[in-house]
Amino acid sequence: MTEKEKEEDSDQKCYLVETKNKEGSVCVITERCKGCEFCIDFCPVGALEQSEETTEKGYHPPKMTEGCVLCGKCEKICPEFAIHIREKGEEKKSSEEDDEEERGEWI
Amino acid sequence: MMEPGTYFMEGNTACAEGAIAAGCRFFAGYPITPASEILERLTERFPEIHGSYLQMEDELASIAAILGASWAGKKAMTATSGPGFSLMMENYGLGLMTETPCVIVNVMRGGPSTGLPTMVAQGDVNQTRWGTHGDVGVVVYAPSSPQELFDYTIKAFNTAEKYRLPVVVLSDEIVSHMTEKVEVPPKEEIEIVDRKKPEVPPEKYLPFRPDDDLVPPMANAGDGYSVHVTGLTHDEKGHPSINEKTQNMLVPRLIDKIRKNSDDILEYDEYKVEDAKKIIVAYGSVSRAAIEAVDLARERGYEVGLLRPKTIWPFPEERIYDLAREGIDDFLVAEINFGQIVYEVERCTGGAAQTYLSPRMGGNVHTPKRS
Amino acid sequence: MSIRKSRDWFSPDYQEQERKKGVGHGLHPLDEYLREDRIPHIWCPGCGLGVILNAYLRALKDSEIPPEETAVVSGIGCSGRAAGYVNVDSFHVTHGRAIPFATGLKIGNRDLTTTVFSGDGDLFAIGGNHFIHAARRNVDFNVICVNNFNYGMTGGQAGPTTPSDAKTSTTPWGGFEQPFNLPAVAAGSGAVYVARWTTYHVEKLIESLKEALEKKGFCFIEVLSPCPTGYGRRVGLKTGKKTMKHFKENSEIKPNADPTEVALDPQDPETKIVVGKFVDREAPTYQDERGKVFEEARKKLEVE
Repeated sequence: MTEKEKEEDSDQKCYLVETKNKEGSVCVITERCKGCEFCIDFCPVGALEQSEETTEKGYHPPKMTEGCVLCGKCEKICPEFAIHIREKGEEKKSSEEDDEEERGEWI
Repeated sequence: MMEPGTYFMEGNTACAEGAIAAGCRFFAGYPITPASEILERLTERFPEIHGSYLQMEDELASIAAILGASWAGKKAMTATSGPGFSLMMENYGLGLMTETPCVIVNVMRGGPSTGLPTMVAQGDVNQTRWGTHGDVGVVVYAPSSPQELFDYTIKAFNTAEKYRLPVVVLSDEIVSHMTEKVEVPPKEEIEIVDRKKPEVPPEKYLPFRPDDDLVPPMANAGDGYSVHVTGLTHDEKGHPSINEKTQNMLVPRLIDKIRKNSDDILEYDEYKVEDAKKIIVAYGSVSRAAIEAVDLARERGYEVGLLRPKTIWPFPEERIYDLAREGIDDFLVAEINFGQIVYEVERCTGGAAQTYLSPRMGGNVHTPKRS
Repeated sequence: MSIRKSRDWFSPDYQEQERKKGVGHGLHPLDEYLREDRIPHIWCPGCGLGVILNAYLRALKDSEIPPEETAVVSGIGCSGRAAGYVNVDSFHVTHGRAIPFATGLKIGNRDLTTTVFSGDGDLFAIGGNHFIHAARRNVDFNVICVNNFNYGMTGGQAGPTTPSDAKTSTTPWGGFEQPFNLPAVAAGSGAVYVARWTTYHVEKLIESLKEALEKKGFCFIEVLSPCPTGYGRRVGLKTGKKTMKHFKENSEIKPNADPTEVALDPQDPETKIVVGKFVDREAPTYQDERGKVFEEARKKLEVE
């Protein structure tokens, strides 16, 4: 883990995901979640489910189960800007700058 | 702007030319008697000076459009009369709350409601001060001749830019439709004031934090400052902040902005007041008749003078207060309404002098003899 | 964070001391377009506004229009709060007057990509007159109408798009007015781009928003949105996700459908919600036309 990810852990929970040709993580900024469950209901593969934990305001944020394909639908459908995908592209990259570029490529 | 010189111009034309001289390059309006000539003149002149003229679908849209144009950086103006001005009240309040510089010309006509569209009255005076909901501080000019319409439109733009608020030029149908000599000075002699710009970079800029003169510097849309402007009670960053503390800090400042700077804004004229025992208070077209009334009265031995407020709001309160205590017995307020400024005068005398009203209901101006 | 120490102090200097930055700011890829101390936003759980804002910001980012050349204007209501969250020059004006304000703004500074982000009541009831005239003039800005079928902010009153039989707080015995067919109003008034989507169709919405941002002329996009708190709970759509499911199951995508035939008719349960891009044509904008006429005038006056 790089320095950046360590610091962010306090505000967001990242779930590492490895698919056939991509690697990345799905990050939930838990304190923004309002428990609407759009991400859970509309994930095309049903990879998310409601967790038992509660945020400070009492909502249950989503947690990852399995089957995620890093399609990004949850990021687009979330009304709270509380969940997003971080992709490492087709190869494992080591520098952060490359990460920034890769992020723009998925649809 | 026009070539300097002496012209024989209608009041409304002078108003439009004054706006052009002041740098107005955006106008949005709706036709209404007796202000339509301002629209017509500007639409004729704007192509050559690259101005934007928009005929909107109603007065509500007109004032919203000039507020938008002002935020885009243009000097913007609209012109209307009583019925249109009533429609504009909500957004007049928005302009005052968001501190948007612009000019609204209200050519008063007989009211209430549709009233006397082609005849004069002065019934909108209190409306300009109290017409919008909530507590506000306003600046309203009352010209009494086409020359003053020219000069005061320019002054209105300057005050609007300097103090960041919508300024009203309160003409009336007679002044706007009379044709008289207007001197247009050369461009270099006209003072133009532009809005204060922020001097700090975007990260440090607070759109509604005032300087010492209680006016915040204004960044336009497109300058890169990401300003948020809202009609809700807002904090210095411009974000809605709906609580008592913010209201206490914002609204009194908007009122004090005018009150504390009234020395700079307030203007009035006096005629033979030094040795007068009675004073006529009149503005707009009535003041012209009042001058002659003063002379007639003096011929008959009465010691009469005239006080003519050029800014109706802020009202020359201190002057009236002082006059009342310096030996003036009576104030005679002549206005074409059922008594609006008279209450201000009465309040300002504080009981030290009597105040009388000489009203006319609209349709015609006082004759000197009647006064 | 206790409620008292929230962001409502007057002076931001005081604000900085009292609390730290907005939650997790900088983590989400769209955070640069959001005002950091205003998130989380005020919209209810299950509200579709966040989804639409998300789509709009994504379209803005992908279209690469510089934020300094963007402006957002909104009216009053829950949709009207959107302007307060976008980190560009944003204007929250009076009820119904977002469109004329945006007209003045756009004509005052033609480089600003202006978007009006407002609700069905704000744009089509009190603001209806302004909408049809701006469409008629073909002023170059975009209008996003968040249609949640009621006046949400004030508690769920009936509006010009409320289905004719719905129970709302001002139609407790059931409604009796016919709602507008918004794409037909827009197309009939002269809009050059008319589309309707729902918050379920996010990908299509993002594409549509990008097209509208890049297109010259008056572009209108209606987005049907859940409002569980104001509207949904009185008509059997108690949660946001239930409404989204309703959109998913009852809509069909029909590109280039005739706008007059896409009315939402709740009386007939067989009627689908028709979504898609209905109108996409070229026409000279208000500024193009005016530019031509003024050029002619200048030639006649022999000035530059």
